[in-house]
Amino acid sequence: MNPDSRKAPITVNNLNMRYQYKPVLTDVSFEIPEGKTIAIVGPNGAGKSTLLKGIMGLEPLIEGEVKFFGEPLTKKRLATAYVPQREEIDWDFPIDVMDVVLMGRHGQLKLWQRPSKLDYEIAEQALKDLQMWDFKDRQISQLSGGQQQRVFLARALAQQASLYLMDEPFAGVDVATEKAIIELFKNLKAQGKTIVCVHHDLNTVGEYFDWIIFINARLVAAGPVETVLTKENLNKTYGGRLSLLNDLTETMYRTRLNQAHEND
Amino acid sequence: MQDWTVISQPSTWELLLDFWRFEDMNALWVLMGSVLLGISASIIGGFAFLRKRSLVGDALAHAALPGVMMAFLLFETRDPVVMFLGALTSSFIGFFIIDWLPKNTKIKPDAALAITLSFFFALGLMLLSYIQGLQVENKSGLDKILFGQAAAMTQDDITLLTYVTLFVLLNVALFFQKLRLIAFNTQYARSLGISVKFYEFLLALLIVMSVVVGLQLVGVVLMAAVLLTPVAAARFWSDQLSRILIIAGSLGALSAVISTQISYLAPAMPTGPWMVVSLASLFLLSMLFAPNKGLLKRFLEQKRLRQKVSEENVLRTLYKLNEQSNFTRRYFNLPDIQALRAIPIDTLKKTLRSLGGKDLVVESTKGYRMTDTGMEQATQLTRRHRLWESYLNQQVELTPEQVHSQAERIEHILNEEQEQQLEAELRDRHSDPHGKPIPESQGEIK
Amino acid sequence: MINDLWILATASLVAVSCALVGSFLILRRQSLVGDAISHSVLLGIVIAFLATDSRSLPVMLGGAVMIGLLTAWLSDSLHKFGKLQSDASIGIVFTLFFALGVILISLYAGQVDLDQECVLYGEIAFVPFDTIVWGNPETGVDLGPRALWAIGIVFLIVLISILIGFNRLQTVAFHPSLAVSLGINVVFWHYFLMTLVSLTTVASFDAVGAILVVALLVIPASSAYLIAKSLKGMLWLASAYGLASVMIGYAVSYKLDSSISASIAVSAGGLLLATVLALEIRKRKRRLQPNRPVGI
Repeated sequence: MNPDSRKAPITVNNLNMRYQYKPVLTDVSFEIPEGKTIAIVGPNGAGKSTLLKGIMGLEPLIEGEVKFFGEPLTKKRLATAYVPQREEIDWDFPIDVMDVVLMGRHGQLKLWQRPSKLDYEIAEQALKDLQMWDFKDRQISQLSGGQQQRVFLARALAQQASLYLMDEPFAGVDVATEKAIIELFKNLKAQGKTIVCVHHDLNTVGEYFDWIIFINARLVAAGPVETVLTKENLNKTYGGRLSLLNDLTETMYRTRLNQAHEND
Repeated sequence: MQDWTVISQPSTWELLLDFWRFEDMNALWVLMGSVLLGISASIIGGFAFLRKRSLVGDALAHAALPGVMMAFLLFETRDPVVMFLGALTSSFIGFFIIDWLPKNTKIKPDAALAITLSFFFALGLMLLSYIQGLQVENKSGLDKILFGQAAAMTQDDITLLTYVTLFVLLNVALFFQKLRLIAFNTQYARSLGISVKFYEFLLALLIVMSVVVGLQLVGVVLMAAVLLTPVAAARFWSDQLSRILIIAGSLGALSAVISTQISYLAPAMPTGPWMVVSLASLFLLSMLFAPNKGLLKRFLEQKRLRQKVSEENVLRTLYKLNEQSNFTRRYFNLPDIQALRAIPIDTLKKTLRSLGGKDLVVESTKGYRMTDTGMEQATQLTRRHRLWESYLNQQVELTPEQVHSQAERIEHILNEEQEQQLEAELRDRHSDPHGKPIPESQGEIK
Repeated sequence: MINDLWILATASLVAVSCALVGSFLILRRQSLVGDAISHSVLLGIVIAFLATDSRSLPVMLGGAVMIGLLTAWLSDSLHKFGKLQSDASIGIVFTLFFALGVILISLYAGQVDLDQECVLYGEIAFVPFDTIVWGNPETGVDLGPRALWAIGIVFLIVLISILIGFNRLQTVAFHPSLAVSLGINVVFWHYFLMTLVSLTTVASFDAVGAILVVALLVIPASSAYLIAKSLKGMLWLASAYGLASVMIGYAVSYKLDSSISASIAVSAGGLLLATVLALEIRKRKRRLQPNRPVGI
């Protein structure tokens, strides 16, 4: 897949995740190319967000491994920026726009260090890129939905990562924000950065993204838009789950068979 | 009856005998009252628990304190009914605030609970300290409701306690179906046209009543445990609500018996803390030793499963060895097995011994050999393993390298029905993704 | 007069320490864990006292921190392994610990310098009389009230921790998974905060007792939460609310001859009530004037 020496931004191997005893993702493996926009697509409850969280180490993996540029996450944490789903954020939190964006810089700082002038400049630039500079002193609850989304994109931008993981950035935003996000994608791509998004709108997926990963509790297909965006794959993705796979994996978790096995 | 005396110390034997001869009528009344309270509080607490509002009882108990003090200040009497109504009122105000704050301000539910609890409690203490500075009669003993003191209860207290707990139990019995439905799925209950508001109010009323009436016995500070701990313990015993509630009620009653005993033997001891400690011990026992969901049971099951898995793995390895020799060789030794499957020698020997015990494998000077039944089982396992591999390969589109580790596990839990389903989905496939033949079903071999 | 000053100084330090720590508890939605720890700390104090037979500050603080962390950890484990709701597991743990504490106090009533009353109220009025003396108890130098020293030291610890860890604490409170994605050790900061809560509650114990400390932890911080626009603002406001509660509460207790600590807690509640009412009135007014632009 990689003729040159550079490793893929994300390599997922045999990833398994569950919610209590219900299997959410079973045996997912794929590798993504660098410098592309990649969409994770699938029906509701297919495990799209879970996949993103599993990749970022935000939710535990039952099994499997994820490599970033050929290395474990701990080594590449700062090269990876995460944009959470808007619903997950406590908008009542007493914090203003600038402080949220500066959070993107904290990862680089030691415990006793304070953000430097350079950090502020980077945050400023990120806000300007997303046309949010005028709002820098607003408390986050006083922003519209699209503006809130842009603040979090600016935060990710300020982190100056090479890989961006976003959970439904287009969900419920206004036209202006949608345009701003597409513009942002273009700029990031021009710099050779990789963007992975959970996306739910099949109408726009071909337009906004270069690559698609179809997920429905398992990997259905992954590849460039031209080759994988087919009727067959869509049918497989949205056509329901493999009940036998699901049932048996659940039984396995319930009996904790996977643990029994590790110990023999 | 004799059971209870076991918990006593020899020196208090006489006292206990007196107690259980019921010569002390007052002690008997206290016992009955506390048992009733233990039952009703545990049962009503069960509904609070199901509605994921376990600590509401805690806040409501604290919120009762200023009501008691206000009632005393206003009416200058310690008539239990007056106290009860005062407590009921302020608990209800507390309940309203807990509900109102998160709905109308940014304050989150957990903070609303903590705010209400601590503010009302402070208000109660402030009034109590104020009362203690006043020149009024009867004021001593008011502070007993902080930790509860069974020995200090009067006949009137117990009469009230009896009426209230019976009222609570009666209501639970009458409205059990509705309360269960609402606790389980409020939205659905609403869609059925049930007046959810009414039953929520009823539930709140019953909780508040149980809490308030228990203050004399358990005290403000620890009342929460009586509502919460029994049902948490009972959940380890059953999944069925009616059973959970019955068990919770029994645990509540048991802890009431234990703690009033202690209070009888040592009147200076506050009852509440002892009730909480006995409840917590019952909780711990339930968590560890409950027959179906206890941790010990889970641990043993896991151990048994591990044993089964290693046995089956050895059987399947023996099958593979047989297969490699085209079923011409039947005896294999330890290194043969270990060459195919990395099992530590001790574990392997132990497993083979237990397989021998089940007549699946026999050991002789020539090595180990599977018996006919052993062979049958091994064939079936291999069949399941390879069927599953084929399924993953064909339906889930995993590569042959990826399918093996999955199949290693699933083979142990596939049942006959699923096996047939697999076969149907795979139609006429006779070899697994690695090219090995899938053995025929056992039924046909026989 | 000097006694009043000692009392006010102690109460103020208690209020400010609680407000600072409490703000993070509110934001992390862990007020109930704070409640639980403040109860459990009693057991820590009693055990530490019975085990070492001393009331020296390090012993008390050590005992409290151990039992506080144990409470947080046990509640967490019960939630995970016992599959109980998290508030239920908190409730089971802290009621047990508190009950054990009360029982031990009753059993060793003669030996422990604690009684059930002071567990609840604290004895801030007696704070000035329990002083630390340097050197010979008879002739040595009086260094001031023990309780003031205790809360003074804890206040410094809290203040320095927040100054240094501000950014991390802010990120962890704001969005834990974001913090994880930035490589921040969320579990460490969780237990760090729990340590601060334990220290604060035990140092406040002498002054305000086990339960009123909950009021000081959550109420001023909640008032500040309602109006603050940034975390720094919230910390300042919470401290101000705490101090105001101390002043008002002290005056009220003087007037009514009621418990000082209870009056302080009640005043804190009164200030919260006033804040909520003011916000409600503003909301109503805005609703009445629909033409006026609203913020955004």
